[in-house]
Order: sequence, then C-alpha cells, then structure tokens
Amino acid sequence: MTEDATMRGKTAIVGIGETTYYKRGQSPDPEVKLVLDAIQLAAEDAGIDVRDIDGFAAYANDRNDPPRLSTALGTRDLTFSNMVWGGGGGGGSGAVANAVAAVVAGYSKYVVVYRGLAQGQFGRFGQGADIPVAPGAMAFTAPYGLLSPAQSFAMRIRRFMHEHGAEQSALRAISMATYRHAQSNPRAVMYGRELTEEMYDNSRMIVEPFHLFDCCQENDGAAALIVTSAERAKDMQQKPAWVLSAAQGSDYRQAATAHNSPDYASSNFKTLAPRLYAMAGVGPEDVDVLQSYENFTGGVLMSIVEHGFCEPEEVNDFFTLENFSAPDGRLPLNTSGGNLAECYMHGLELVHEAVRQVRGESTCQVPDVNVSMVTSGPMVQPVSDLILAADRGVDA
Amino acid sequence: MSAEARSYLPEGLPRPGPAIDGLGAEFWEAAKRHELVVQQCRACDGFQWGPEWICYQCHSYDLTYTRVSGRGIIYSWERVWHPVHPALQEATPYIVVLVELPDAGNVRMAGNLLGDRRQDVVIGAEVEVVFEDKGEGDEAYTLVQWRVVE
Repeated sequence: MTEDATMRGKTAIVGIGETTYYKRGQSPDPEVKLVLDAIQLAAEDAGIDVRDIDGFAAYANDRNDPPRLSTALGTRDLTFSNMVWGGGGGGGSGAVANAVAAVVAGYSKYVVVYRGLAQGQFGRFGQGADIPVAPGAMAFTAPYGLLSPAQSFAMRIRRFMHEHGAEQSALRAISMATYRHAQSNPRAVMYGRELTEEMYDNSRMIVEPFHLFDCCQENDGAAALIVTSAERAKDMQQKPAWVLSAAQGSDYRQAATAHNSPDYASSNFKTLAPRLYAMAGVGPEDVDVLQSYENFTGGVLMSIVEHGFCEPEEVNDFFTLENFSAPDGRLPLNTSGGNLAECYMHGLELVHEAVRQVRGESTCQVPDVNVSMVTSGPMVQPVSDLILAADRGVDA
Repeated sequence: MSAEARSYLPEGLPRPGPAIDGLGAEFWEAAKRHELVVQQCRACDGFQWGPEWICYQCHSYDLTYTRVSGRGIIYSWERVWHPVHPALQEATPYIVVLVELPDAGNVRMAGNLLGDRRQDVVIGAEVEVVFEDKGEGDEAYTLVQWRVVE
C-alpha cells in the first residue's frame, strides 16, 4: 500500500460528546434532541463552534438525518451527508472511516459521527415484529419463532462452540469483565450493579447458550464525535486520538438469507482484520486495549479470535476475567462497560472509550496506551473496525 | 391429537409470505402440497438458498425450484426460553434447528425440532421434514418442520 493510498495518521478524533445514558424508555427527551445535545457536547469538547461542523456521518439507518440536524444547528455548509448501509452496530467504526475519508478527500473540515437511540420512543430491538405476514427472507425464520437478534445469533455461536470446543465459561468471562469495568464508570447504566460468577450462572436463560448477562441492554441516549485533519488536530485543545486505520468489510456471501452464509460460525471479520492491521502498520500484539462490540458475548468471542488475539482452540484458556481486566490484563476489554453494562449506544460509546484510553482519561485507564482498537458489529454485514493511537505513526 | 401435536408453536406468529417482488412464492406453494423444494440453477445445476433472482455461481437468471428428499442433518440449534412475541408467552421453551440438506448442495433451512422441547439436540443428527398445515381459508399456509430420524 503506498503512502498516498492510506489514511494512516492523516486525521484524528478531536472531540467526544455523550448524553446521559438511560434505560430504555427513561429518557425525558425525544431522540433528535438527544442527538443535538451529543453533537453540541462533542463540539464543546473539541473547542470548536458547532456551526463549523460541515460533515455528518451515521450508520444503522439512524432516524436523524443530516439535513435536519445541520438546519437545526445552523451549520454553515453541509459538505458530507453520509450513511453506512446495513443494520446492527456494524457501521460504528465504518462511520468513522467514512468521516476520515471525507476529510482526507478534502470534502469536509469537521465531520461529526453520531448515533441516537430512543428505544422507548421508537420500539425495542429485542422484540420480534408483531406483524401478520413475514415476507421474503423473514418468512424462513419468523414463523418458527426465530425472531430476535439474540435468537438469530445464538445459532452461529452454538456452531462455533461445537466446532472449537468453546465453553460457557468463555462467554461468562466477557460479561464479567464488562460489568467489572462498569463499576468504576459513573456514566454506566449498570454502575453499582456488580456481577458475580454465581449471578451469571443462575441468571435466566434467554436462548441457549445466552444467559441474561450475555445480552446487551436496550437504552436511550446519543453519542457524537468529531473527526478532523492532522493539521487542525495538532493545535486543538484535546490530545488527538490519531486514526491509524478504519474500514468496513464483509466476507464472501455473509448476508445469505435463511442462515446460509458459507462460513457460518464467524463474526465476519476474516477479510477485514488483515486489511485493518496492514493499513495501520500494527498487529494484534501491538494493541494495548480493545473495545469489542457486544450485541452478545458470543460475538465478542469470535471477534477476538478473528482479529488474531488467540486461536479458536485456545479460547477456554484465553477468555478469563483476569486477562480481560484493566489495568494489567493481557487484553483489557470494554473498559467502560460497553454495550452490556455501560450503555447500548449501538457501539459508538465504544469509540468514545477508545478515545479516552488514548487521552489517558478512562475510568479504567490502562497505563501508557498507544494503540487503542475498536471492533464494531460482529455477525452483521458489513462489520467495521477502528485503530486509534497516541502516536501519529507518520512524520508530521 | 393434542393441540401441540398439530401445531408446534401457537397461532399468532407472522405467517410466511413471498417477498414483495414475488421471490419465494413457489417454495410456499410447494410446502402446501407437502413438497420440499430448493432453488436450483438450470444453467449450472447449482443449488442456492434463500432464493434470489440470479444464480450466485454462474450468474444465470434461469432458475427453477427442484424437489428434494426432505432428509437433512442438524447443523446448529438453539432452545428459546425468553418469549419475544405476544404469541409465544406460554410457548417456551421451544427448539429451533438449522438443518443442512446434503442432496441440495448443503443449503440450510431453519425450522422447529418437533417432539420433547427439552430433548438433547445433537449436531450431526439426521432429521426428516414434517409439513405442518396452519391457518385457514385464504390465510392457510404450511410450515416446514423437522423431526429426528429414529
């Protein structure tokens, strides 16, 4: 890859903003107001006038479109109005990648990446649609009670566990690490709600192999972050979180309907992970801290394997609470509490936490972080990844 | 015959239909006749599932639906305990299996595994199709279900 063809070190995340995170249905504000709030907080954190934001990048069919937001905020121009196609949280890092592309291409000066969710206002992800007819691809699943994301993904995880001998304890370690980290994070919805091994083991089954604590929350809130050029980032008020690489991907025919993706026991990162590392010029051994999207713990299990942190046959040894705990575990994981225990802000809160780790401002700070990584949206199509760093990694 | 024997899951779940452009209609019509069919390409003989307007292997649009034996292998499974639909409040636990069809290019179909809802499910076990007629009149349809071959 030539220097011209890479984004490495050409942009940074320079501002982050989040609303209060609520349990589903408890936000006093409508969704669009949450988004406007988060964008204003991100601009304030970056030290820019919110009217100077000229690009908007979102994902997961966010209901709050850029023309409305830019009009409401009175921004001076709208140079980039962008959406990552595909559902779930697979576009979280992809939206950052698009923002970076807009800046590198010279379209935009400041691109805001945002996500707003008011599941109280608009309906829950965790419920099956109550409709008379399931058309098309849905017809092959919904009439059999295969309705929710948990039910859809449990089938893939079961197959992975069968092929590689992975045990329930590996899933439990992921859940316990996220809950442990949330106990230090006052923003976390599960702050003050410690999770013990016994509580996990005795919690009700949602769909085998998922217990309650293997599943993400349903929340209300919004998050936003600002991407700008290296030249601007150097003189701004926050320590830049340099983007070494950000990209989306999807393996061969992963969106085949009726559960027919050829490589089924997969989180869908096998084509993306090598591209991501090559662009960043780092490998899994260089990653100091990882935020890995948890729709369900099993998705994290496969994501970690597919990003080269351990072999599939090693998961029962590698996936332990100790290994995943900040500050000194082998791979500190989801250090804000993530989707399971901080807030299900569709994974954008994971990007915020990766930025905090670079700045040295996490409530579960890992010492001397350079490389801070995010994986977004296992088992959906496309998925995406982001590698941030404290060192820009290229000559200024 | 008990209600459960006639219908594994209660009425009230969405009933199956073709896509808005008609894709998949032949499968559900065949199921009503108690025939299991899979989409097959006339140009290269490749199977694919779910249905699409083009053959992913040779890009021909000349596709048909071919009747297959209805014998399969359990590829993955799950037991659902938490109901996520009003119709399922009293219906848990229930089992969903993903079945691989060796005589149709190993395409997979999801369905319920009939019988004891708490049975041990074994990946690799052989299953056979069971057609479950549901609904009435214009809203009659048939689900493609599975049971373990003894």
